[in-house]
Amino acid sequence: MSASVVVVGGGPSGIRAVEQLVSAGLRPVWIEESADGGGRITQRPPAGFKRDARALYGADAGRARRLHGTLDALKSRCDWRPDTLVWNIRPRERVLHLLQGGGQQSELRYDALILCTGAMDRVVPMPGWTLPGVTTLGGAQVALKSQGVAIGAKPVLMGTGPLLWLTALQYAKAGAMPALVLDTTDTLTKLRHLGGLLGNLPTMLRGIGLNLGLRLRGVPMVEDATPIAIEGDGAVRSLRWRDGAWREHVTPCDAVAMGWGLKPEAQLADLAGVPFDFDATQHNWIVRRDAAGRAPVAGVYLAGDGAGIGGVEVAELSGTRAALALLADHALPVDAVMVRALDMKLAAEAQFRQALEQSFPYPAKLARRMPDATLLCRCEAITAGELRAAAAAEAPEINRAKAFSRVGMGRCQGRVCGPPAAEVLAAALGVEVQAVGRLRGQPPVKPIPVQQVPA
Amino acid sequence: MICDADVVIIGGGGAGCSAALHLAQRGADVVLLERGLIGGQATGVNHGGVRQQGRHPAELPLAIKSRAIWGRMRELTGTDAEFDPCGHLKLARSEVEEAELLRWNQMAAQYGLRPRMIGRNAIRADHPYFGAQVVAGSLLEEDGSANPRLLAPALARTARAAGASLLEHHAVADIAHDGARFVITANGTSFRTPILLNCAGFWGGEIAKRFGEPVPVEPLHPNMLVTEPLPFFCQHNVGVVGGDVYLRQIARGNVIFGGGRGEGDASVPVTRPRPDAAFAAMTRAIALIPRLAEAMVIRSWTGIDGQMPDVLPVLGPSRTTKGLIHAFGFSGHGFMLGPGVGAVLAELVLDGKTDVKLEAFDIARFARQDAGDDVWKTRL
Repeated sequence: MSASVVVVGGGPSGIRAVEQLVSAGLRPVWIEESADGGGRITQRPPAGFKRDARALYGADAGRARRLHGTLDALKSRCDWRPDTLVWNIRPRERVLHLLQGGGQQSELRYDALILCTGAMDRVVPMPGWTLPGVTTLGGAQVALKSQGVAIGAKPVLMGTGPLLWLTALQYAKAGAMPALVLDTTDTLTKLRHLGGLLGNLPTMLRGIGLNLGLRLRGVPMVEDATPIAIEGDGAVRSLRWRDGAWREHVTPCDAVAMGWGLKPEAQLADLAGVPFDFDATQHNWIVRRDAAGRAPVAGVYLAGDGAGIGGVEVAELSGTRAALALLADHALPVDAVMVRALDMKLAAEAQFRQALEQSFPYPAKLARRMPDATLLCRCEAITAGELRAAAAAEAPEINRAKAFSRVGMGRCQGRVCGPPAAEVLAAALGVEVQAVGRLRGQPPVKPIPVQQVPA
Repeated sequence: MICDADVVIIGGGGAGCSAALHLAQRGADVVLLERGLIGGQATGVNHGGVRQQGRHPAELPLAIKSRAIWGRMRELTGTDAEFDPCGHLKLARSEVEEAELLRWNQMAAQYGLRPRMIGRNAIRADHPYFGAQVVAGSLLEEDGSANPRLLAPALARTARAAGASLLEHHAVADIAHDGARFVITANGTSFRTPILLNCAGFWGGEIAKRFGEPVPVEPLHPNMLVTEPLPFFCQHNVGVVGGDVYLRQIARGNVIFGGGRGEGDASVPVTRPRPDAAFAAMTRAIALIPRLAEAMVIRSWTGIDGQMPDVLPVLGPSRTTKGLIHAFGFSGHGFMLGPGVGAVLAELVLDGKTDVKLEAFDIARFARQDAGDDVWKTRL
């Protein structure tokens, strides 16, 4: 096969996709935005860092070691391009625009493209969320895994879901005892979907293990709680919150990490022309694809969390599956038994994910009730009230509201504020969140420098 | 369903919305049909320049009329659409271009405009951020810029308040004419009217063709970029002779710049900025203002305007069909001209005349055009 195959993303799904392509005799171009692959949940520390895998990844240590081993073995067997941002796609010409090392522009033609672009935390803006010392759960994890530093000596971690517990336990073990782990979900909601979670017993037991670990270490935890404001003047001083009985509390702390599940990083798929559908359970816009990862755009395949949140296990499976689909589409032999086994596992995982999302729901009402004065779009310094004013000025959908208010128009291009902004707008208009649509992607997907580029 | 109106306008850009507003304010029963959202194409995605400077002499009276309306935009619509009369500074990058600036300034003096030449030394002293290639400039202080995303919606809101019916997501499926009245079908409704205003931008060409007046209109996709906020340094809206790059810094610090063309398919419609055009604009912008090097571009975009071969709009009555008036093909000038065009259209409809000379915009000009070069032909 002489076709030009490109894989974007060096996380778990990208690693497994490239592994399949290489073992079929291909030599794909493999592009990674960071200096090294490994993804986020199995984020690699820089060379020379000494904390061992067990300390860094806990129960995921074995998985991390395997992924990193495969990653390193594959680099010489493909056209490995780290530190390279794909900032634009022209799907009709099948061309990617690359920025290497922050300054070198180039184009890359592809016949087939696997997008493994991952995910990021979903946050809910609240008073004080732009204070220094406030970050995401993922950010708090990366600080620990990549740099060996904690975001604070007594941080508050808030959100809901396994990542909340995992991060909290990692912090407790690293010696940064959380001042509070605030979970917005109540116990009953979690228990109600226990049946569905049995579909992946090991993962469920790991989740329970995390929770028990936190309790054994005496980490203060609350459920069914509502954050009100992060307080402080130039630095985080405390978190004000309400318990399930609507009593107000103030917890002193020196840092806050928040995250309510993940949202796909699907900007490249958007530029490639892949359509999106709203997934009510995930409460996310998800790229349209078949079970194998084929997008309804010729030559484009999707895998990992960027193609719909599934976690690291699904990322690996879907990366393998998308590569097999690509090979089959190019009339290369694939192992039918392996395909069948993957499809069964992915179907089972999808059911598990359904139950997981229901057990730890995105607290949409937190966003919808955001006080008018809250900074909603931090890049452009636009408040929730300003967005509501745009809604009143006849903005029936989020792109029009962006045009009127500048929400989502700044450096992050709405990847942080887009989902909560849609909640605020939908609430103001009295409609379901999917009715206001999603922010359309525009190149560049991340900032690129103004520079003299030879024609 | 059948709906009767005094005037039907096709196209919800600046010209159409301004026409709806001016007509409704004078009591006409107006329906405006917009295929997508108000101000979604050329009016909403352009550079936001509000300039008379550099206009073709045939277009200047219209630009001057429009500038006067821009000056009372807040009074007219309750918002100024961020209109800022910050001055338009047109730069020369050679002595030939400098002579070009002087020539235009002399011509514009006949129309009462007083641009101020800034010579080699003064431009260094007053604008130290310009690169060595800049040899002179001409500043028209009453020109400026505005926010393209806000103009058409503001005009539309006011037009609605004045009683006009502006219908979004109403793509025109059919236009018939029975000799006395037009019957326009959109979204399952038939709109009957004796007066039809063709304000459909690039797509205005299709409507003209439908009435036996084909014109050589081409899609124009302005290729636009914006940087992250930079420390404020540049007060004026900046252009160059020849128009291959243009830029302005907004009060928030972002530098908006453009040049060259994006790409698109008007039949969908879909548009995309082009990286090669973006790189060319970057290179030119850095040559103009070296400190822009390494500033980060956070977004790029384009849209669809209509461009005529002589870079002048089609504006005035149809030569084939009574009651049909064209206003399209603004060739990149429509954002600035839109408010004035709407006023002209309202005058044509209600008074049968306007104080702006329209001969140069006559739709019949393409049929009789001699191939002579127009010395005033300008771009953007």
